[in-house]
Amino acid sequence: MTNAMELYQMLPKTNCKKCGKTSCMAFAVSLMSRELTPEDCPPLKEESKYRESYEKICELFKPSEGATETGLIVHEDLCFGCGNCVVACPPNVANDPYGVGSGKAPTNVNRLVLTVEDGVVKAQNLGECRRFGKNKILCYGCIVTCPVEAIEFV
Amino acid sequence: MEKNYYVCTGCGLLCDDIEVESEKNIINKVYTACRVGVAHMKNAKGETNFLVDNKPVDEATAVREAASILKNAKNPLIFGLGTSTDETQKLAIELAKKTNATLDDTSSFCLGPLVEALLQDKLKTCTLEDVRNKADVIIFWGADPSDSHPRHLSKHSYFPRGSEKQKGWEEERTAIAIDVRKSHTAKICGNYFFQIPPGGDTEFIDALIAALSGKLPKTSYKYPPKKILELANILKGAKFGVIFAGLGLIYSLEDLEPVFRLMKVLNEKANFHLVPMVGHYNMRGFNENLFAETGYVNRVKFEDGIVKHGPEYSVVESLKAKTVDAALIIGSDPLSSLPRSVSKNLLEIPVISIDPCETLTSKHAKIYINTAVSGVEAGGSATRMDGTKVSFKPVVETVHPSDEAILKKIMEAV
Repeated sequence: MTNAMELYQMLPKTNCKKCGKTSCMAFAVSLMSRELTPEDCPPLKEESKYRESYEKICELFKPSEGATETGLIVHEDLCFGCGNCVVACPPNVANDPYGVGSGKAPTNVNRLVLTVEDGVVKAQNLGECRRFGKNKILCYGCIVTCPVEAIEFV
Repeated sequence: MEKNYYVCTGCGLLCDDIEVESEKNIINKVYTACRVGVAHMKNAKGETNFLVDNKPVDEATAVREAASILKNAKNPLIFGLGTSTDETQKLAIELAKKTNATLDDTSSFCLGPLVEALLQDKLKTCTLEDVRNKADVIIFWGADPSDSHPRHLSKHSYFPRGSEKQKGWEEERTAIAIDVRKSHTAKICGNYFFQIPPGGDTEFIDALIAALSGKLPKTSYKYPPKKILELANILKGAKFGVIFAGLGLIYSLEDLEPVFRLMKVLNEKANFHLVPMVGHYNMRGFNENLFAETGYVNRVKFEDGIVKHGPEYSVVESLKAKTVDAALIIGSDPLSSLPRSVSKNLLEIPVISIDPCETLTSKHAKIYINTAVSGVEAGGSATRMDGTKVSFKPVVETVHPSDEAILKKIMEAV
């Protein structure tokens, strides 16, 4: 993935404030955190001289379409439901220590981030994910335990 | 609210925490089970089939024909039973006694010797609950549970927290893979993956024993001694170690003697247990039932009340030597799984196939009886890979008869 500076280089750099941000740099940062999308910059979208940059930026964000709020993507064709991520996920263990935390069936589905359904892992309740919210951290619990790289963050 | 859990009979792990949503006897959703289990449970079927010479008949005719084949045979072969319940297996043993049959199951070319050693108390073993609660060093030797028993690592051996392992896998457990290729399990083991050449297990065991005794480990394939010494150090520090022995290890050894030696040395230095990675959900059950009855785990021949045992009574050898003149195959597909040079002899004798699935064997069988999938459409009990008894009830109702009911009827007709 790219960084905010690279995104800024592709923006109009006119600081027109039409996006609601104070500067193009601020817009680039918002783009990075997925607060705004490339469509939120009217000059970039409408003016033909920026067409190339606009398409390039859209291209960059394409893989993250369909991702959840935390950028988690489950590749359902790869996942075979072993449940390693379900058992290793720290919020899962904290919220259901005697269920999924001990390797067993979930007892408290409403607060679990990952569960296995029909042999494929399903992400939900992303408010509980450690990558979500103000105090988010770069947690790799579900990625390192997956034998087939079926979980990805974008 | 008390939840209604079912047992999955997709593999030797017998997961007992599966939730199922079903409507009108069709399973719509399966929770917690892996993809293998979901496919197994959703294995929906149509009408019941009783085929004689590939022509549909009624149940009574099929049973009568099957019984007459067994009655007329001098030495029928009864084979399979790895995916049958304990009750069915006991009936099959009785039937074998009554018909003077050769009785064998897949364990004769699988993990049979290992289960035999465990039943004779030659090796120390433990249950999977012990593994979850206590194990700190886990070795997957010639096994790839990530693919064969997908929930093995998450439900029992590596990731879950247990009563004495509260801090989780990163801090308190070490998983080690010894294999000929970088399997999916080996990938999870990361740096603790020891790749050895095919057939190199005996030498690796010897080198490991040398390293455990403080000598320089040597192998003909020049495995870095430093890595073996590092492995030996981890094993020495184990408070509760487990070796999960798979087919890769068993196929590579001439006999089990190196395993006995390794377990002896490991238990002098530390505390180690061994659990076989049984594939079929009730293969170990068959071994235990036959062991209780005859003292042997497989490869037996009943003759007028006497039990004979030996390699010549295995499914492979008896088919190769053409000593059997009929075959009753229950829940197995030898035409697909055995080498052609051996299995082609099945085409020369009358075969009765009792199977929930249509297989290559059932297509070439004289009589095919389509039965219920045990664990999904029929209940019973089975033995997990670690020897724990698990009983289960059917998830849905079915028109198919269970293999137990069919065997009972054949038994009466013989």
